[in-house]
Amino acid sequence: MFETDLSLNDLMFLAKGAGVTLAITFFAVTGGTLMGLLFGVIRAQIKPWMALPLTFVLDIFRSVPLLIQLILANAFQAIAGFGISPFVTSCIVLALYTSAYCTEIVRGAIEAVPMVTRRAARSLGLTWGQDMTQIVFPMALRVALPSWIGLTLGVMKDSALVLWLGIFELLKSSQVLITRLQEPMFILLITGAIYFMLSFPIARLGGRLERKWKEND
Amino acid sequence: MFDYTFQWRQAIRALPQMLDGALVTMQIAVLSMAIGVTIAVFLAVARNSSSRWLRAPATAWVEVARNTPALFQIYMAHFGLGSFGIYLSPYIALLAGIAFNNAGYLCETFRGALRAIPATQIRAGRSLGMGPAKAFRLIVMPQMFRISFLPTMNQAVWAILMTSLGVTVGMNSDLTGVTQDLNARTFRTFEFFAMAAVIYYLIAKAVMLGARLIAWRMFRY
Repeated sequence: MFETDLSLNDLMFLAKGAGVTLAITFFAVTGGTLMGLLFGVIRAQIKPWMALPLTFVLDIFRSVPLLIQLILANAFQAIAGFGISPFVTSCIVLALYTSAYCTEIVRGAIEAVPMVTRRAARSLGLTWGQDMTQIVFPMALRVALPSWIGLTLGVMKDSALVLWLGIFELLKSSQVLITRLQEPMFILLITGAIYFMLSFPIARLGGRLERKWKEND
Repeated sequence: MFDYTFQWRQAIRALPQMLDGALVTMQIAVLSMAIGVTIAVFLAVARNSSSRWLRAPATAWVEVARNTPALFQIYMAHFGLGSFGIYLSPYIALLAGIAFNNAGYLCETFRGALRAIPATQIRAGRSLGMGPAKAFRLIVMPQMFRISFLPTMNQAVWAILMTSLGVTVGMNSDLTGVTQDLNARTFRTFEFFAMAAVIYYLIAKAVMLGARLIAWRMFRY
């Protein structure tokens, strides 16, 4: 009744695309988290009006469609003659995009640590660095981790947009197969299943962590 | 290194065209939000119901909408349905994809809001002689929309940004589509898309500012 021309080779092709999706996600989230940590600490540390330029720039990344950011970055690197590949360009754009959201998460988590706790730490003779790493970090991590997991999954899903720059990630690979085999529904269902399998277990884990940690508060 | 002359005048001359595109963008965003909110209310009720036959499809909808890319959902509407001989135009496919996505995310927002409404409110309504549907409509729903107003407006901004994905299925009347058309004609990619980015930014900020104003005007006690 149901027959398909999809071969094992084609599935491997999709798997390779999924690998590219994961690679982009990994670089973007790693870079974005590092920048987000830095910016978040800065934003939590200095006065709001002093952080205004930083807030404004990061806000742009959240208010302009990612697709347009990718196209602009790619056009800019061509104009400036950097000669970097679309893969690197998209990793950089996605990292900046991630950092904009991560900054908010980090800032919120740091501000969720009660000021009295931090004063107590300082009055016990801990330096600012010790206070940050030994007191604030463990407490803020509990607040931040569920949102950070959500952000990571969001970036993985948004990374599908890099197909516009001609990168063969999961969704683009499925398009290639659809063009060849003319079975759009079936191939897209497999693609969707791959995305779902990558995202759903981690989303569940995040949800469970959130519930579990809330009990202790 | 930098032997490129920017041609901003071309981009500025195309501004009226792009603003027309922005109107289409807004139209899709508003429609997709209206459809999304309507479906999300039903999904939220279904997910909270005790019947498994109501809960399962609603849960499936929400999990698929939240765990696959929005672009995939739009592709599904545009290319996927072709397998059944249903060919949606880019406009309808984009609208369907975003509405599907909105409904999934808004359902969770609404469910969170429902949890914040005390069960005694419904009981009070029922004891006044209202039926379950009437109590939900007149007592629970207004409070639900009030509590979830700002997250809902956040989703509206998301919907606006998501409309830019239409260009990947051949949409050429919304802001990104118009920009892409101009780009294909002139190859001034940076200038045109920079203009589009500014317009998107202003729209997103205006919506958020409007939402804050409405929240401040309406939801004071």
